[in-house]
Amino acid sequence: MKILVCISNVPDTTTKVTFTDNNTKFNAAGVQFIINPYDELALTRALEITEKQGGTVTAINVGLADAEPSIRKTLAIGANDAVRINAEPIDAYFVAEQIAAYAKSEQFDLILTGRESIDYNGGLVGGLLAEMLGIPSVNVITSIEVENGVATMERDIDGGKEKVSCKLPLVASAQKELTEPRIPNMRGIMAARTKPLKVVEVSGDLITSATVGFELPAAKGGVKLIPADQAEQLIELLHNEAKVI
Amino acid sequence: MTTEGMTGLGFGHTENQKMVAQMAKDFAEKHIRPHVMEWDEAQIFPKSTMQEMGKLGLLGVLVPEEYGGAGLGYFEYITAIQEIAKVCSSVGLSMAAHNSLCTGHILQFGNEEQKKKWLPKLAVGEWIGAWGLTEANTGSDAMRMQCVANEDGDHYIINGTKNWITHGITGDVAVVLVRTGDLLDSNGITAIVVERGTPGFKGGKKENKLGMRASETAELIFEDCRVPKANVLGKVGEGFKQAMKILDGGRISIAALSLGIAKGSYEAALKYAKEREQFGQPIASFQAISFKLADMATRIEAAELLTYQAADLKMKHKPMTTESAMAKYYASEVCVYAATEAVQIFGGYGYTKDFPVEKFYRDSKLCTIGEGTSEIQKLVIARNILRD
Ligand SMILES: Cc1cc2nc3c(=O)[nH]c(=O)nc-3n(C[C@H](O)[C@H](O)[C@H](O)COP(=O)(O)OP(=O)(O)OC[C@H]3O[C@@H](n4cnc5c(N)ncnc54)[C@H](O)[C@@H]3O)c2cc1C
Repeated sequence: MKILVCISNVPDTTTKVTFTDNNTKFNAAGVQFIINPYDELALTRALEITEKQGGTVTAINVGLADAEPSIRKTLAIGANDAVRINAEPIDAYFVAEQIAAYAKSEQFDLILTGRESIDYNGGLVGGLLAEMLGIPSVNVITSIEVENGVATMERDIDGGKEKVSCKLPLVASAQKELTEPRIPNMRGIMAARTKPLKVVEVSGDLITSATVGFELPAAKGGVKLIPADQAEQLIELLHNEAKVI
Repeated sequence: MTTEGMTGLGFGHTENQKMVAQMAKDFAEKHIRPHVMEWDEAQIFPKSTMQEMGKLGLLGVLVPEEYGGAGLGYFEYITAIQEIAKVCSSVGLSMAAHNSLCTGHILQFGNEEQKKKWLPKLAVGEWIGAWGLTEANTGSDAMRMQCVANEDGDHYIINGTKNWITHGITGDVAVVLVRTGDLLDSNGITAIVVERGTPGFKGGKKENKLGMRASETAELIFEDCRVPKANVLGKVGEGFKQAMKILDGGRISIAALSLGIAKGSYEAALKYAKEREQFGQPIASFQAISFKLADMATRIEAAELLTYQAADLKMKHKPMTTESAMAKYYASEVCVYAATEAVQIFGGYGYTKDFPVEKFYRDSKLCTIGEGTSEIQKLVIARNILRD
């Protein structure tokens, strides 16, 4: 069982978001980067699967050298080896193309991604990757079991659950419920230093999109507190000030 | 606060330290933070949480891998203690005592057989360790201890009590310093390992404390307790010298614990001072408040440098008694200072249990007392600088 897990390096969830270059670039100055939380779930589930039935887990990232702390962390958590494709992850198509090129040469049984990265929330890499590799993809899974070359997965759908089974190889993207993230232990941290982290140069054409501009949502207005025993005042305000009733 | 600026001194955070810090922080936020006040109020010692920390390597940080430990150094160790202490100083204290005292003593002075017997259990947190030097009547003046061990064939029979012992009731194994020679004979004290369940050995009264309430502090009672001579660590009569060496290292961990509390207090105060408005402006804009923050930040930075210096010497196996006493003395006083000022910056809110600084304030005081009071640290420092 050979599993590839796609890892993106994203700003910490508590980051105060600002932009530079006329609102076309995220301002990374002073920002702490982490493994995309959904990718961490995909990684953990991959490890659970290979720990049970044998196999290896490779983590792959398209990014520059500054992504290496996150990549090392995947090794500390338990990935056997890691690959960094040395390029700025410009957009989903480019990232998927780069990962596809690598995956073709390695024949993975299963490729896991997060349902989306929490920075740009595109949610496209998994599907594009499957298409480029000519294999099925299943989105937003909440569980996955693999037996005799077949993966059985669950996914949330409106008002219920869907069970899907699919022959390997395939691409699947992780939803929050997939598993509990794993905190690396100290031995893992030590071992990560000597596990292989391969740096691969970019291949193929660079067909990319360009960001024209970002915009932050308007700042939230203040909050008015009305004492519980003054319902009339609340109705008054909802009626005349907020104009919602 | 960071040590980022200290790279010139060679104390810049390594990739390893950063990962260890993140790991300890992630663990503390997820498994400790939600329970902090409950454990504090009810004086609950979270043994199972400690054992989870053991699985991550946090209870055997300095123990080589061959004995089941993480095999890391002092820099990673003090980094981890700080992150745990920022969230819960009690768990930080228990972690420091387990690693540096009990486990550290067996690691440093045990023979191969003893190390193989106890370290693998301690290093992964399967067993929690205690270390007993202090008695009711002998704290700073440990040499006058009364707890005796008399020879009986290939056993020692221990009688007496130890007080203020971290994990005195819950600990699965204890390294105990006992009198095997004459009173005041510095070669009259021996370190011996006593396992829980040994007849004649039990935990006694649990202290009801001002702070560090989730770290269990209790009495050890020995009544005709027979312990095999094979449990003696090092040579008979070397216990006192061993204990002083253990405390040299232990003090670095208390300095780290102090730093964790000081940084936790400072970070909370800094944030609050920027948010809290009085007289139409953030209180941080009053010089009286911003100068407090400047003092806190400066002293924390200095304490951190002293702590890293002591850790660096320890890693290089160089003499460090003076430096570790300085680090412990200074960092613990800074810790009390920072926690006190943090409460002041929070005003009335700082006096309530709704904000973490109230607990830091109570917890901080232990740091100037445990593992040698500030007065004793000054005594150690003075003795060394006057001799040189
Ligand atoms: C929470 C907690 C956990 C602890 N855990 C452990 C543990 O795991 N194992 C263990 O063995 N012990 C432990 N201790 C004990 C601790 O190490 C002692 O409390 C400490 O060494 C001080 O001893 P004492 O309390 O008897 O104070 P004393 O020695 O009685 O000191 C009282 C005061 O007199 C001062 N003083 C004493 N001698 C001198 C002197 N020569 N010159 C100037 N001033 C002096 C002291 O500085 C202090 O201000 C713990 C204590 C606490 C509070």
